[in-house]
Amino acid sequence: MADTLLRPAAVDDEAPSPVRHDVRRLDRLWRVLTGVCGLVIAAAMLLPIIWMVLTAFKPESDIVAFPPTLWPRALTLEHVGDIWSQIPFARLYGNTIVFAGAVTVFSLLFDAMAAYALARLDFRGKNVVFVLVLVLLMLPYQVTLIPLYDTLAAVGLAGTLPGMIVPRLTNAFGIFFLRQFFLSLPRDLEEAARIDGASELRIFAQVIVPLAKPALLTLGLFHFQYNWNDLLWPLIMANDLESATLPAGLAMFMGQHVVEYGLLMAGSVLALLPVVVFFLLIQRSFVAGIATTGMK
Amino acid sequence: MLWPMVQSAYLSFMDYNRIQPAQWVGLDNYRELLTDPAVGNALRNTLVYAVVVTPVTVGLALALALLLNRAIFARGLVRTAVFLPFIVSLGIVAIAWAFLLDPNIGLISHWLDGLGIVSTQGWLSDPQLAMPAVMVVGIWKTVGFYMVMYLAGLQSIPTELYEAASLDGAGPWTRFRNVTWPLLSNQTMLISIMAAIATLQAFDQIYVMTHGGPYFRTETLVMLVYRVGFEDLRLGYGSAISWVLLLGVFVLSMLQWGYFRKRAVTY
Repeated sequence: MADTLLRPAAVDDEAPSPVRHDVRRLDRLWRVLTGVCGLVIAAAMLLPIIWMVLTAFKPESDIVAFPPTLWPRALTLEHVGDIWSQIPFARLYGNTIVFAGAVTVFSLLFDAMAAYALARLDFRGKNVVFVLVLVLLMLPYQVTLIPLYDTLAAVGLAGTLPGMIVPRLTNAFGIFFLRQFFLSLPRDLEEAARIDGASELRIFAQVIVPLAKPALLTLGLFHFQYNWNDLLWPLIMANDLESATLPAGLAMFMGQHVVEYGLLMAGSVLALLPVVVFFLLIQRSFVAGIATTGMK
Repeated sequence: MLWPMVQSAYLSFMDYNRIQPAQWVGLDNYRELLTDPAVGNALRNTLVYAVVVTPVTVGLALALALLLNRAIFARGLVRTAVFLPFIVSLGIVAIAWAFLLDPNIGLISHWLDGLGIVSTQGWLSDPQLAMPAVMVVGIWKTVGFYMVMYLAGLQSIPTELYEAASLDGAGPWTRFRNVTWPLLSNQTMLISIMAAIATLQAFDQIYVMTHGGPYFRTETLVMLVYRVGFEDLRLGYGSAISWVLLLGVFVLSMLQWGYFRKRAVTY
């Protein structure tokens, strides 16, 4: 580590006052610089999203005008209205809500049950199951795409919403994530409940789940945003615009008609809205959830 | 209590069992795969993408986490701004990126022209520039997530260690080198492995922005699996390519695991 001989020179507090004054000014300059730096980063990161929102309200002539500008020259609500009539947007929205919503709810339930069993119960083959979960965690899901599609086609579910949902009902990452969290919960409460004669199901529902709320919310956001945003899987499962989710539907629409930029941006903004709102609502417990489950 | 356990184990077994190679892939596919220039090309693109994007993303995430762990102006806003791209759909935002980079009406193209960085063919149709463009979008999308993980790691480092280091006369660089970096090594391991796995599976922005083009310059393995399996409807061959991807992910994860394991720090 540091050489002790260097110590007197490096400690600011023992420096005479003019130097200390300088240090303080440098400190303030540094603070302003990092602040400006931060704001520039924020603006750069948000640029595509801000551009999308503004473009959604620009008239088509403004969007294709040269030179392009970030700020609209005129505002219109035309695209936001058109999107509902030009493509089956309501249908796409409904599909996405059902897909992401159902997957999130069921997956949380199944993940939590499996994680509880892995964290708290003793049974034969427990380690085998856990290793299998870890293997699944490492397996890229693209590898299973084709056989999965084939299997679903064999039972007549290909191209349907249930077919899209079923393979997502449980999730290796969710099981792993919740297991780590459950392991960190105190056992006392659970044992007290057990002595009082509560069943395992009851302990799970009334002791464990309430304690795990931040982790469940975080995982819920993960599941929701992941499935709401997923492109590849719905793209494969959807037969046409009618049966697609929002990302797949808009990507398909872009392939067919590349000209209607304003429409596409209005649709995109409406498609992004729910996830962003969901995130802003649970933002606090989200970061807490990541920090406390000790993902390390 | 056994039922949901069986249920989820059963479901996870199903995913696992559905990919019996014997059932879906004959050796012929693998023989073809070895000589198919499209596979070689996709493999190279995937590796180039992963080798560039992974370290850049992890490095940027760490830099952002270090900056945003300090008390800077509007810290919450900046954190949210950096994290937000991770929340939104790349399939959707990639549409916006494609417009922003359009050679005629794209805002970013226009700005870059103003700076003297001119692309006559447009960023996404120029064989030299399409790959860097999808890389930038990939980094933009994920850096916020890894930053949050680094922030969690930074906050778990006891402040006494920094105080002790300061008393010993350690400057900012020494403190970073001898306190922060070693104590973040577990985080770095996890983040690097996750980022590498994610980059090997790059698809969304490529599908929307370039569809693997121009001249297959951005066709990654997943894009190829999609094209061969679902556009050319050669499901068996697509599966064989998937296994190449799986092998790649597995080998890479093991290598990283081995590398970081030796350097793991417990505290």
